[in-house]
Amino acid sequence: MVQKDLPPRWDRRMQQRLARGEAAALGELYDRFASLVHSLAHRVLGDEHAADGVTREVFGHVWEHPDSYDPQQGPLRSWVAAVTHRLAVQRLRATEAASLTEADGDRAGELERKVSRASVAARADYIVHSMPAPLRAALELAYFQRRDYRQTAADLGVTEDEARRRLRLGLQLLSTAHDAGGPPGHGGAA
Amino acid sequence: MNGTEGSGAYDDGPGEGRGDGAAAGPGRPPRIPPPRASVEDTGLPLPDLADLGDPAPVPLDLSHDVLKSLLGAWALAACSAAETAAVEDHLGGCGPCAEEALRLREAVGLLHQPETLDLDPALRTRVLQSCLDRRPPRIPVPEWAAPYDAETARLDALLQDFGDAEWHAPVRLRWFRGDAATSRRTTVAGVIAHLLSVDGLVAVALGLDDPLADVVEKGEEAVRGPGGRTEAFWRTSHFPPTRSVRGPWREQSHSLVRTVSVTGTADGPAVPYGDFALPLRDAMLDRAFECWVHAEDIAEAVDYPYEPPAPRHLNRMIDLAARMLPVALAERRRQGRSAAAAAPHLVPAGTPGRSLRLEIEGTAGGEWLIPLDSPGAVGSADLEVAHVALDGVEFCKLAAGHVPPEEAAAGQVGDREAIREVLFAAAGLSRM
Repeated sequence: MVQKDLPPRWDRRMQQRLARGEAAALGELYDRFASLVHSLAHRVLGDEHAADGVTREVFGHVWEHPDSYDPQQGPLRSWVAAVTHRLAVQRLRATEAASLTEADGDRAGELERKVSRASVAARADYIVHSMPAPLRAALELAYFQRRDYRQTAADLGVTEDEARRRLRLGLQLLSTAHDAGGPPGHGGAA
Repeated sequence: MNGTEGSGAYDDGPGEGRGDGAAAGPGRPPRIPPPRASVEDTGLPLPDLADLGDPAPVPLDLSHDVLKSLLGAWALAACSAAETAAVEDHLGGCGPCAEEALRLREAVGLLHQPETLDLDPALRTRVLQSCLDRRPPRIPVPEWAAPYDAETARLDALLQDFGDAEWHAPVRLRWFRGDAATSRRTTVAGVIAHLLSVDGLVAVALGLDDPLADVVEKGEEAVRGPGGRTEAFWRTSHFPPTRSVRGPWREQSHSLVRTVSVTGTADGPAVPYGDFALPLRDAMLDRAFECWVHAEDIAEAVDYPYEPPAPRHLNRMIDLAARMLPVALAERRRQGRSAAAAAPHLVPAGTPGRSLRLEIEGTAGGEWLIPLDSPGAVGSADLEVAHVALDGVEFCKLAAGHVPPEEAAAGQVGDREAIREVLFAAAGLSRM
């Protein structure tokens, strides 16, 4: 189930409660974001056990450093996703690097490509997860249900023009997953 | 790790127009990306031939704007054959469109079936515990509210992927009334409405909103106790409950845990259940128990596996039931349902009385001495007249009215009347 957008007030309130050391807030945070965190980590690492570990690290980080979230910078969900991405990529890199033999240039390049692919895939998942529902619905019909855009329009009760627009806009959003990172120092820069 | 990470690539900004700006360099030959993987790989039915449009397409004469608007549909192979041909013809001569087409087709490759991995319900406890070890909470969840926190989270996880078929699956609620098994038909959504209504008893006691506020305002006759509230909720809903009941139920359960953590002391307000009242801490345990029992009902109805609570939580639930037994025994006598000696061996309050040793096996287990003749008496090993041994989950099923007392798999030694009374009293603890 995709969570509906929450008002920024919820984000600020959650941050205050975490800062205050309220264990019940931690539980609510987990209930809200655990499946997002776990699925992003799983997309990067491709391993259930490793994804569990990243999930633990992410919530540990948020619980220990609630003040490192700045509500001015965007929703808590985005920040949690960025922390997840960073920690998952960190773990992938550590795991893969450990298996590299010394001075193996080719394999180091391979590692970077792997990290980059995993990052793009995780960003894409997040974009699909958080894009406006009408765009996601159109993509789901056209891609997963194999409906053409006319059928998609009929299914959604919109004009054919609108269906074409949504499919194009949805893919445009999705294609930004290939753009390396956002501003410097952020989780996206794998 | 730097501590100032912002949202970066995960910003939720609209990306409108992103593709339009990416023009190809002049004179650069447009690249036509390869088509995506074949539909046969998806296992989904192929589209009807009729849907594919003209089988021998003649490129259509479409304006640049229309062709551009088709790029998304084209990338997804969701246009007619004639439109596809027109777009591809256009891409050979229009750099910006070709650039965007490539970008969009690559984006299609990023679409995945959403992961259907179920989150291991036990992960929650492990993750939260590890967090709390790293930074001890200043406002912990009280120990007596932890079972409720855990059970509501487990049930919510079960509901996570339910579709309409699951939400409307029939469920039969079972309990004991007057020593007879009784039941009531509802649906999965109806069960959640039931939990919402009865958890509302605790909410009201804590000064939170009553989920039945509308019902009460509509002048329904006194809506008291779990059954009455549930029936009132079901009766006054315009439609049978749907999945929409999940949000309010979960919100209320979160807010109960939040409130008892922040304000709750163990001796908070008593929670009135209609015929009786429970101290707040026991009411929270009772609600945890009911949440688990009904989660089992739901899981059974939709044929999902469901585990018993963590042993330390189960132990507290058993302890609550054991502590409620003496009053239940007295109630049976008062109502003349007790087959045991008409005149119990009354003892002054606070003094030892005839007792039954309840031995619960397993990791959640323990031993309880149940005073048989008066709720005021103290259980006594010296005055033990009977000994019953059963598994923790079995005992809970008995106390939930899911196992008839006659059939409870219990090892028994001693006074058979006393044993029968206790087993029936345990079943009598159940309610809707």
